[in-house]
Amino acid sequence: MAEPATPPAPPPPHLPLVTPTRVVCAFLLGVPFVALLWVSSYSRLTPTFIGIPFFYWYQLAWVIVSALFTAAVFVLIRREEASRRALLTEREPS
Amino acid sequence: MIRLASGGTNAVSLTVFLILFVAVTGVGFVASRWRRAENALHLDEWGLGGRGFGTVVSWFLLGGDLYTAYTFIAVPALVYGAGAAGFYAVPYTILVWPLVFLFLPRLWSVARSKGYVTLADFARGRYGSRSLALAVALTGILATMPYIALQLVGIQAVLDTMGIGGSSGFGKDLPLLIAFAVLAAYTYSSGLRAPALIAFVKDTLVYIVVIVAVIYIPIRLGGYGHIFHDAATSLAQTSPATGKPKGSLITGPKAQWSYATLALGSAMALFMYPHSATGVLAAKSRTTVRRNLAVLPAYSLMLGLLSLLGFMAISAGVGKGVKGFNAQLAVPELFQQMFPSWFAGVAFAAVGIGALVPAAIMSIAAANLFTRNIYREYFKPDATPAQETAVAKIVSLVVKLGALGFVLGIDKQFSINLQLLGGIWILQTFPAIVAGLFSRWFNHWALLVGWAAGMAYGTYEAYNVAAAGKPHSHFGGSAANIPVIGQIGYIGVTAFVLNLAVSVVLTLAVRAAKPRELPDETVPGDYLVESAPLAPLTPEITPSAP
Repeated sequence: MAEPATPPAPPPPHLPLVTPTRVVCAFLLGVPFVALLWVSSYSRLTPTFIGIPFFYWYQLAWVIVSALFTAAVFVLIRREEASRRALLTEREPS
Repeated sequence: MIRLASGGTNAVSLTVFLILFVAVTGVGFVASRWRRAENALHLDEWGLGGRGFGTVVSWFLLGGDLYTAYTFIAVPALVYGAGAAGFYAVPYTILVWPLVFLFLPRLWSVARSKGYVTLADFARGRYGSRSLALAVALTGILATMPYIALQLVGIQAVLDTMGIGGSSGFGKDLPLLIAFAVLAAYTYSSGLRAPALIAFVKDTLVYIVVIVAVIYIPIRLGGYGHIFHDAATSLAQTSPATGKPKGSLITGPKAQWSYATLALGSAMALFMYPHSATGVLAAKSRTTVRRNLAVLPAYSLMLGLLSLLGFMAISAGVGKGVKGFNAQLAVPELFQQMFPSWFAGVAFAAVGIGALVPAAIMSIAAANLFTRNIYREYFKPDATPAQETAVAKIVSLVVKLGALGFVLGIDKQFSINLQLLGGIWILQTFPAIVAGLFSRWFNHWALLVGWAAGMAYGTYEAYNVAAAGKPHSHFGGSAANIPVIGQIGYIGVTAFVLNLAVSVVLTLAVRAAKPRELPDETVPGDYLVESAPLAPLTPEITPSAP
């Protein structure tokens, strides 16, 4: 935090940049990229689902999976930001 | 446009269409009174709806903004014409959400903290560079204009299918002119509040239509298996223009690079568009933005289902045997053929209103850019917020008139080409904006030269792409050979890589010379603001009026 402070600022608390939560979040956000940009992994017709070729229903299924992943990241990040905020206020001499 | 065997005007469809259209117009004007702010003359009010939209309003607004009527027409049209290649819109709209989850919350926070209205405002504040901000603003305006024009093309496709308007000249354009005048009037008076309210109606209609379509039409056509069987047969036929099959149900090995790069490049470009940024900055808090990114994929699912309508149109025999059939009419014609006429009217209204919401937001976004980054920056640095708002309102009219001129005066194909170019162009602002949200490492001159290199390369390559079956034509597509890799890929991504490489190399070179750095008016805390200005990492506080 580079807050412009008039009295000598207390040493800014050092919170780690890489945390287990953030690693999990990066993984959840990254997986859809690998899955969908690797086109040859799904560029086929079978197995079909209610008559829809694999190519189409597989990608449509990823809409839902990816949305669930993003929602999970939302919850995890929110929780972590709350705890970081608590840490920050705790360490700051008031 | 060629008039098809649509059997003239259907009174029931038309009546339903008109009723919905009039209702929405009323909503548009009422919107100016909705949650009216104390300082209505501030640009934040007209141009960002007071920056107070909660999760639900933001969801409808962003959904209505990003998934445009042109998308509803063009994506199934692409699938109708080429099969699997057109389906890239689905991975595109999947990937955009995890991608922007990384940087949009930071963008929202710094914009709230510093009062930025546009992305170019951010570039100006972060890098202290007027020229870089001007480059971002001009790219945004250039990319938005043809996009607005295409919304009008979307309305026109629906009007054509309903068979309203005279057969030629002024009479044919009259319905479009009326729709347009209505749009311009309520955008002028209500600002961003109008599309935000109308988006509720639009998105509800669209969801209903899509859900009914993907269940009802396959039942009538004998199931998805039958639809895909017909589509496979039809796509395997030789196209007279190219002498090759028209398309296929899966992407062949040669088409996979372009499929993946188109999806990735489009996802990266989407939130560089001014209208997307406007939608995000209008949100109430950082959490509202994040929560929306988790729930917006509902629209992607709808778009995916919608693109299957392209195959249904093939199976239903839409355009079969019609010489020079315009694929843009595939979906409207399918609705006309399959639905009872009253529901066809609802579907047409969904598309028509679906064009008005993004067209309004796009013109507001372009007006904000002009006002903040050209008018105030270069002509009147001491403009008051009230003057800014007055200028923005007038510019929103000018922008729409320009778009109308495109559609009526110039060849429609020209707007489509320009929109294609617009996507390539807007992607070139990505390094400056997104890198800037995380660090000040890049030098502003390096970014500007990188941007220019990407713009020039992208435009040149797109110019050289000939349309299928028409050698020596230009701007026929957005994929070309990727140098070094030797595959066919999206030009925008190749240009982006060039842009980034130039920016990195030049930054390193410039740094060796130790130049005087321009001031950065943001501090790290600005990027973490939750809701109120200058209060980093504090829990929800009622946003104070600026």
